[in-house]
Amino acid sequence: MPNHDDRHAAFLDRVQRGEKIEATDWMPDEYRIAMVKFLQMHALSELMGALPEKEWVPRAPTLARKLSLMAKVQDEVGHAQLILRVAEDLAAPLGKGREELVAELFTGEAKFHNVFHMPAPTWADAGIIGWLVDGAAVVSQAALLTSSYAPYARVLQRVCAEEGFHIQHGESICLALAEGTPAQRQMLQDALNRWWEALLLFFGPPESNSPSAAVLFKYRFRTKTNEELRQKFLTKYVPRIWALGLTIPDPQLRFDEEAGRWVYTPPDWSKLKAIARNQGPLSQYRLGLRRLSYEQGRWVREALLAPAAQAV
Amino acid sequence: MDTRGVIALLYQLADDELVVGHRDSEWLGLAPHIEEDVAFSSIAQDEVGHAALYYRLLEELGEGRADDLAFLRPAGQRRNAVLLERPNGPGTYLAEPRFDWGYTIVRRLAYDLFDAIRLEVLTASAHAPLARAAAKILREERYHLLHHTTWFRRLATGTAESRRRLEAGVAAVWPDLGGLFSLGEVAPGPHFPASPEELVDRWTAELEPLFAEVGFAWPGRPAPAAAPGADGRLGQHTPELDGLLETMGEVYRTAPGAAW
Repeated sequence: MPNHDDRHAAFLDRVQRGEKIEATDWMPDEYRIAMVKFLQMHALSELMGALPEKEWVPRAPTLARKLSLMAKVQDEVGHAQLILRVAEDLAAPLGKGREELVAELFTGEAKFHNVFHMPAPTWADAGIIGWLVDGAAVVSQAALLTSSYAPYARVLQRVCAEEGFHIQHGESICLALAEGTPAQRQMLQDALNRWWEALLLFFGPPESNSPSAAVLFKYRFRTKTNEELRQKFLTKYVPRIWALGLTIPDPQLRFDEEAGRWVYTPPDWSKLKAIARNQGPLSQYRLGLRRLSYEQGRWVREALLAPAAQAV
Repeated sequence: MDTRGVIALLYQLADDELVVGHRDSEWLGLAPHIEEDVAFSSIAQDEVGHAALYYRLLEELGEGRADDLAFLRPAGQRRNAVLLERPNGPGTYLAEPRFDWGYTIVRRLAYDLFDAIRLEVLTASAHAPLARAAAKILREERYHLLHHTTWFRRLATGTAESRRRLEAGVAAVWPDLGGLFSLGEVAPGPHFPASPEELVDRWTAELEPLFAEVGFAWPGRPAPAAAPGADGRLGQHTPELDGLLETMGEVYRTAPGAAW
């Protein structure tokens, strides 16, 4: 029987060779805890990410848009469910179930993605979120398709495929506005101005020295840095934004041919610290909405778990 | 062919589906658990999709653009039953939504059953495009009915609280039921071969045994007509419909002729 240190070393060797880990494999607690934390945040981000856009479902301006936005937001909730299922399996030996994983959102122990703390005050914001926020999400999630944790990587394949449709849905809204009346065009430009900094903040600071990030790199869960992902996003989307005739609100933004990278005005990174404490622009509002609906639904969940219901 | 009768009927169908689909869509992100959020959104999408189909049939009959019909008509021109415009509960989808799942399930069950019966009648309609649409839609509505019947049984047999909340939902839904069965300006005939009395008979025959099964007192056979002055099928609505239409058309009204 190998001792714990040997098992740990063998595990590390496996993941560093590129082998994949399954839910039933032995894994060090450090790995399990880091995975649960990451998956929990991803799942809760999908759950909270439904909220900015769902504000526009009842106000979507045509029957077709109403249908496509509903389907889009529904996908995000569905992603939350898929990822929570993976997280539940991992968290079971730690004594946590879905109820605990979700409830930690309300105590602040679990975070949700910084981009979903931002306001979405116009219809154009719904378009920008679908196009560019989902665009940024695909850039970061596609980089995790080779993740060492196989059940997550498998779920991500479906998530990324659906996000691909979301980008088309969002781009279509933005295209219609860009080609529309002067007021529609202005609404789109205003929304881009509002979201640009959030899109840069999305990937996190260039130098991430957090211990939790180091663990993710060590176990080959992550392989790309924040800045590599941000550069990839800029390469893909800046030309497309310009193609719509929109102005990106950063006069410093340019591609440095020699360095082979985008130069941009750094966003105010301190905003991420406030968001991490749930003190972003709409952090408390969105958490409040989620908490209220969670409490309102408690009697329903209890009824589903009651013994009499099992017999039906 | 009585085109005016068909048009009047289509407005009832389209407005019913749009308004109930809109109310359902307000639950998005707020449903009692994650799996139900996904399922209930599918149902909302089905309803809005059916509304879009009916509005397109109206467009083909020269009534105007489908989106204009859906987003611009004032409450007085709407032909949905009042039951479907009632809010999901206190608050709004944006602020303090204390939505009532018990009410929602009873309303959905009552409406799904009514709609399934109405669609069965319509499959025999002399208006062929409507008969074809009804046959297609009926296939989806069967799943809605199954879903909400399952919920009804579970909540009725779950906990004392869920049973109490479901009974409160029954009490709140019942006074509005007559308006569901009203045919408004539509006279039964070849395009709609059934009377409100027959619809009530078939609806009662389906639902009364379910109430007996879960031990709920039967609240009584619904009237085949709305209370005076409260017939949505004649354009008589509550202020809640004004609020709903205000929200629904908020963006579209800023540039109705534009592409969105």
